[in-house]
Amino acid sequence: MEKSLPKHTAENLRPPLTNIGIIGWMKANLFNGWFNSALTLLVTYMLWLLVPPLISWAFINSSWLPSGDQCQAGGGACWSVVTANIRFIIFGFYPHELQWRPLVAMIILIALLFYSQNRSHWRKSLFYAWTLGLFVMGVLLRGGVLGFRGVESNLWGGLPLTLLLSVFGLTAAYPVGVLLALGRQSKLPIIKSFSVVYIELIRGVPLISLLFMSSVVFPLFLPEGLVINKILRAQIAIILFTAAYIAEVVRGGLQGVGKGQYEAADSLGLNYFQTMRLIILPQALKIVIPPSVSILISAFKDTSLVVIIALYDLLKTTQTTLSDPKWMGYSAEAYIFVALIYFVCCFAMSNYSRRLERELDTSL
Amino acid sequence: MSTSASEKIPFLRDPAKLAILYQFLTLTGVGLLSYYLVHNTLINLERQSISTGFGFLDREASFEIGETLFRYTAADSYGRALAVGFCNTLLVSFIGVTLTVILGTFLGIARLSSNWLVAKLSAIYIEVFQDIPILLQLFFWYAFFYEILPSPRQALAPIPGIFLCNRGLIFGIPYWHEAYKFAFLAFVIGIVVVFFMRKWASKRQAATGQIFPVVKVSLAILAGLPLLAWWLTGAPTKMNVPELAGFNFKGGITVSPEFTALLLGLVLYTAAFVAEVVRAGIQSVSKGQTEAAISIGLKPGQVLNLVILPQALRVIVPPLTSQMLNLIKNSSLAVAIGYPDFVSVAGTTINQTGQAIEGVAMIMIVYLIFSLSTSAFMNWYNKKIALVER
Repeated sequence: MEKSLPKHTAENLRPPLTNIGIIGWMKANLFNGWFNSALTLLVTYMLWLLVPPLISWAFINSSWLPSGDQCQAGGGACWSVVTANIRFIIFGFYPHELQWRPLVAMIILIALLFYSQNRSHWRKSLFYAWTLGLFVMGVLLRGGVLGFRGVESNLWGGLPLTLLLSVFGLTAAYPVGVLLALGRQSKLPIIKSFSVVYIELIRGVPLISLLFMSSVVFPLFLPEGLVINKILRAQIAIILFTAAYIAEVVRGGLQGVGKGQYEAADSLGLNYFQTMRLIILPQALKIVIPPSVSILISAFKDTSLVVIIALYDLLKTTQTTLSDPKWMGYSAEAYIFVALIYFVCCFAMSNYSRRLERELDTSL
Repeated sequence: MSTSASEKIPFLRDPAKLAILYQFLTLTGVGLLSYYLVHNTLINLERQSISTGFGFLDREASFEIGETLFRYTAADSYGRALAVGFCNTLLVSFIGVTLTVILGTFLGIARLSSNWLVAKLSAIYIEVFQDIPILLQLFFWYAFFYEILPSPRQALAPIPGIFLCNRGLIFGIPYWHEAYKFAFLAFVIGIVVVFFMRKWASKRQAATGQIFPVVKVSLAILAGLPLLAWWLTGAPTKMNVPELAGFNFKGGITVSPEFTALLLGLVLYTAAFVAEVVRAGIQSVSKGQTEAAISIGLKPGQVLNLVILPQALRVIVPPLTSQMLNLIKNSSLAVAIGYPDFVSVAGTTINQTGQAIEGVAMIMIVYLIFSLSTSAFMNWYNKKIALVER
């Protein structure tokens, strides 16, 4: 009986070589069926056509020579357009010897952002840290106190300006957005209609029309003699614009809070403000944290539109560099560099938003 | 415990009275603010001696517009110039939205492909194009045309008959012939026929259970009727092909670098968002639906058409609408790369006439009309495909 047993039992029989390891993986993921096989071959062929020339342009044939004319001979990318002008691209017209100040301000901002990532740090002290941080950043940028030399805001530019417009924009827009959302959910017809008209009006027009308004119409609104500088006007436009989008996100959160919560608050005898402050908003705002990060991402990208009203943000400083005859014709390299900055920031934020969504998702 | 009607409720505890107070305060606040702003504006306008009103629309514009869909010269009025800009915005939005939906759907499906390479590539595309500001992308494509592409003499020809160079995108079109009019007419008739055929087919299916191959027959009618009309009326084949003459191309149609760059930027950027919308929509249909559909004997095409798409579209349409609106609003960035869209023409008008308030108001109203009509159309469509609760 024992002799008739097969040599290979099911346990020690290895799967066929074509089903495991890299071959098995390729068979399952790249060549399952004729359609996918054809697709894989086609895509590989296209990559073969595209990627090697790109790599040789960006790395192998690229040059780091000090001027555009010298780059001409290489035939590859001329990255020196970035390296030679890096300080102007990042800091704009900020006085050269004082550029450490915006740099420190940016480092503080990034450190604060990194610290705030961890949800166990979300305490009252974090709020104070942010208030202090924003204040210090303002002092560093503006100067004029504590022995810092004052720097006029029309000299601010580059990456600090981009960050300033988006971070301050979102911070200031948030309370306005929450108020608008509450107004839209309100039972009082006049307040509700004002909120609805405002939100829909702003969401229906492009940001650029508001920026136009801030640059050409807004000065007409002010009494004679009162002049508000250009950056602040653009900042106000961005705040008004972002607030409408935040309002819609917060409204989603308000609707996500169960009806029972409102009824329970009513039955406790809380008035409207107590109900909102103590019961509804803490729950609603928690729901809307991930979509708020998405709004921060779009606000960050949208600040680039201030180029159109000639503010020297990151994109405008890059364009100014490119209009220098010495560096004309190397737009691709410079734009790729700026795109990389934007991409890294947005990618980090969107990854964070996704992680947060997973962490906050208490449903199974 | 009961509250008798005679018991006086303190003013600050009575919600009904407070409601009136709050609304009164809001109304007064908004009223005072508007009064203040209007008052300042009027004083400022008087001081700078700018006249208000839309009278400037009839004055001579005296600026040229590079691309027009209808006849326009510098001697025409501001009103006509703005109409040119309006049509340009309409054109780029319409073509942009169409291409975006096609490319976005394609990318969204590719993202879910069982082919690892295709899925990963499309994921990378979506992430990269979402995270770079649209304006930067527009500048990049604009520079791509003017700096990277060669002059017409060394024009690239990715597909025979289509040329890419720093003068734009150039391709051949057929010479005008009566036959095309009839072909277009036949196409319109085809649409009407298909519309009624679909109604008839669904009625027949409801009554008898027999399935009519609607999609195949529709495509056959839509392609066949114009082709038949074209063939019957003479079958012209003469093409107006672009040819190199001196330093530029002659013949064919030239799409300007500005328009192509704008379209390319808008489509590539928005398609990444549409792809995510499509992916989420398809994933929202649970796997059990597919399995159930297969187990009752539907073919793969039918599973997609009858089970998955109707459910996925319900999830897709609302966010898709907002992406379309985003594209339309982003088309206003044309001003940054010199394509004469509405905002760009209005900007020039503001600079020349000083009528800032009227100009900005017109920009806002035009985009509000675009937004409201698009969302009205999509709401209608959404209602049509929405779940009918029984």
